[in-house]
Amino acid sequence: MLKPDRIVSTTCPYCGVGCTLELHLKDDYIYRVTSPFDAVVNRGNLCVKGRFGYDFIYHPRRVTTPLMRKNPQAPDQRAQAFDLSEWREVSWEEALEYTADRLVEIYRRDGPGAMAVYCCAKATNEDNYLLQKIFRALFRTNNVDHCTRLCHAGSVVALQQAIGSSAMSNTAAEVIKSDCFIVVGSNTTENHPIIALQMKAAVEKYGAKMIVIDPRRLELCDHAALWLPLKPGTNVPLFSAMAHVIVKEGLVDRWFIEERTSGYEEYVRSLEKFTPEYAEMVCGVDRDLIVQAARMYAAAERGAIYWGMGISQLSNGVASALSVIHLAFLTGHIGREGTGLNPLRGQNNVQGASDMGAMPYHYPGYMLVDDPANAAKWEAAWKVEPGRLSQRRGLTTTEILSHVRPGGVRSLYIMGENPMMSEPNLNITRHHMQDLEFLVVQDLFINESGAFADVFLPAASWAEKDGTFTNTDRRVQRVRQALPPRGQSRPDWEILCDLAKRIEARLGRPLSAGWDYCDPSEILAELGSVVPEYAGVTYPRLEQVGLQVPVWDREHPGTPYLFGETFPSGRGKFIPLEFVPSVELPDDEYPFVLTTGRVLEHWHGGTMTRHSELDALYPEARAELHPADAALIGVVDGQAVRVVSRRGSIVLRLSVTDKARAGVVFIPFHFAEAAANLLTIDALDPQAKIPEYKACAVSVTAVPEDQLSNPEALLERGRY
Amino acid sequence: MSEVNLMIDNLPVSVPAGTTILQAARQLGVEIPTICYHEACTANALCRLCVVEVEGWRVLAASCVVPASEGMRVSTRNPRVERSQRTILEMLDSAVDLSESPEIQVFISDRGADPGRFPGAERREPPLLDDNPMYIRDYAKCVLCWRCVQVCAEDAQYTYAINFAGRGFETQIGTFFDRPMPATTCVFCGQCVGVCPTGALKPKREWLLEQGLTPDEIMGLTRSERRRKRDGGSHAET
Repeated sequence: MLKPDRIVSTTCPYCGVGCTLELHLKDDYIYRVTSPFDAVVNRGNLCVKGRFGYDFIYHPRRVTTPLMRKNPQAPDQRAQAFDLSEWREVSWEEALEYTADRLVEIYRRDGPGAMAVYCCAKATNEDNYLLQKIFRALFRTNNVDHCTRLCHAGSVVALQQAIGSSAMSNTAAEVIKSDCFIVVGSNTTENHPIIALQMKAAVEKYGAKMIVIDPRRLELCDHAALWLPLKPGTNVPLFSAMAHVIVKEGLVDRWFIEERTSGYEEYVRSLEKFTPEYAEMVCGVDRDLIVQAARMYAAAERGAIYWGMGISQLSNGVASALSVIHLAFLTGHIGREGTGLNPLRGQNNVQGASDMGAMPYHYPGYMLVDDPANAAKWEAAWKVEPGRLSQRRGLTTTEILSHVRPGGVRSLYIMGENPMMSEPNLNITRHHMQDLEFLVVQDLFINESGAFADVFLPAASWAEKDGTFTNTDRRVQRVRQALPPRGQSRPDWEILCDLAKRIEARLGRPLSAGWDYCDPSEILAELGSVVPEYAGVTYPRLEQVGLQVPVWDREHPGTPYLFGETFPSGRGKFIPLEFVPSVELPDDEYPFVLTTGRVLEHWHGGTMTRHSELDALYPEARAELHPADAALIGVVDGQAVRVVSRRGSIVLRLSVTDKARAGVVFIPFHFAEAAANLLTIDALDPQAKIPEYKACAVSVTAVPEDQLSNPEALLERGRY
Repeated sequence: MSEVNLMIDNLPVSVPAGTTILQAARQLGVEIPTICYHEACTANALCRLCVVEVEGWRVLAASCVVPASEGMRVSTRNPRVERSQRTILEMLDSAVDLSESPEIQVFISDRGADPGRFPGAERREPPLLDDNPMYIRDYAKCVLCWRCVQVCAEDAQYTYAINFAGRGFETQIGTFFDRPMPATTCVFCGQCVGVCPTGALKPKREWLLEQGLTPDEIMGLTRSERRRKRDGGSHAET
């Protein structure tokens, strides 16, 4: 029986739930993970990733020495180098000197517009704050973004328009206080497993009614009162039809509408056309189900809505999210415990990275960059000459790559992201990556994006550094170092400070923006001195249990739910909607709608989980198809198929399952060998710039088994 | 909520109606030994180690499920209770490998149980099950506390991958049709591993480490198990 050398309490690096972990270590090896049963977020429960998925730290392919390419790469001819033989091991000194030289050279030659950076929703608040500070304070650019653009940008823009804030309004665990809640476009069971446990308990133990709205027959449907299997991309007519029913049947909360909202009359007029009959035709959902769902939600004492990527990852993502928000306005289901508008944030720290200003339109604390008063605050904090911070909105994640060209973006700094897996239509992404003049990647593994880099900086993993994550409940929690960084790898914040000083020296700025921190707590303190929501968040206060921002001062206890009295924008705004269908609809040649998503065992581009034992549990991509469709095109469960869109094609194995909706193919996007994003369309929502991952047209045909990249990967699986 | 007053080991205590004797005792700082009871699980009074004597009751009461009631007089330690607890521990020890159950070992020595009381007893020694990448199941160490079954069901996960199989001495936690874990509804959350009190369920990595493998050897093992090709030979396996 092993006795641990030590047990370290920290926060899970996977999803936005933010479970508390206790890492049991022997000789710096994490051999067991437990969670205290009084943990505030997860009550001792974990999912497969949190409990078993940490072994990537020790994976032999992890890079723990700074690397530079043996053959210098030039724009147009940049090639991927996965094999270490194409790289040269170098010292940190050489890697950082070279990086600083090249970045400053490009900045001097082409100006701020040539610089761009991807921050990282997996890294800590402190890491993200520093990285955006480098690009804003030193390179004077707002070309700063991260993967929030690819996940909740639609929700963020909609919530900003409607209420002036974009976080989850309530605490996820409050779901047991709801008597009716809607889960839409979220496979919570697999993507926020612990919140799904709370949802199931809310139904089974606390008597709540759950309404699942999703094209797929998700596991949650086993516990749902209603399941509305809408066609992908048809949220606007569905929710507008529910609103139509609520208004026509007089189920609205008059007091709430009059006291807390504006634009109701005009909005109601716009609802006239969204009858349940119309919605049935467009969404493929029985009109009676729509009416029942509307009545059930409106009649609730405490109704809540939880949503995921099925709302936001559409070319009508903003409109979809607004159509959801309207329901809460109509019924007054917001601003009280157990109610609310809850976009489930995907990454462990996507809330935090957004709070830290890792976005092109906002300084930290959601201060718009084009407001001179905001710029002045940060110029003072960073000792930048007055008026010299860029007040131009920068490029978003998707735009940064599409602007790679002479006269556009020339250099890219990537911390921990993997656009070569996560961007839509990777065929185009590849060309953009190739056209870069200089690429720095800071990561654990040489992934599909890192393979394009000139310089690879080996970062420490989450277990090897200190910091904080902010979870989907807006709860800032400690990340604690459990073991020394492997090899020569260093914590991201240390790498960034070291690099920043070298850049600053070359630029010859009169005053330093400040890069001398003893530890990450000082970085958070610097942020808190300017961002009021974080003013009361200090490391000592986080020692025992996290704090939910906003935390206005050192005594403030944190904020479990938002908007009790008012919305940040004053009144909630009703915004009349039109339904604009997805850009690419199925036709004779491409008869199925492809919708992409995730599976329980893997994480996004797979940099972590595909270097983990989790990969043995789920070793290959599977496309899900409904039995009726399978019979129609003559394919069977387990067969190899080729899925083709107008942009690309992949070969993978098929699962024929009732979990799929007729007419819809589901493919997870974690697998490089069958990358779903080779198929997806690079259409964007016009306002949020979020890609339409959830709907494009594809065809499916059987192919011989030997076309699979790894036919032996087949594993028997029993879970739904 | 109404309060009830009772005496536990001659100490008066007042608790909300519905509180179990075990919780009332804990409130007083009186420790009652338990095996199957877990704060995160529904109490089922399976192991009976938590028995106490209630004045006027014919049989001993399982304190983890019996609610405290007005005027109750409870004794948690007396010869009758301790004899019962000793016998439970001696029978468990005669049939099950308790070498990784430090809490039960403490109860054994504390209650003066005799590990050799049933020398000829048949032991439960099913082979160790290593059928998935995440955890092993060594039911020779299982005391059938039911915690794993409960967290797999309504106490946490609503997954229902495991349940009791067999009757009497043959009872064992198992899957439907004895399927290997990956072929069941298991989602490998490891809630079961988290509540196992005896080391019967254990992360595979921990088990491999105990078998004498080094961390590097463990990582090497997994590598050979999931060899795969990638596009363009991009990841030559080393």
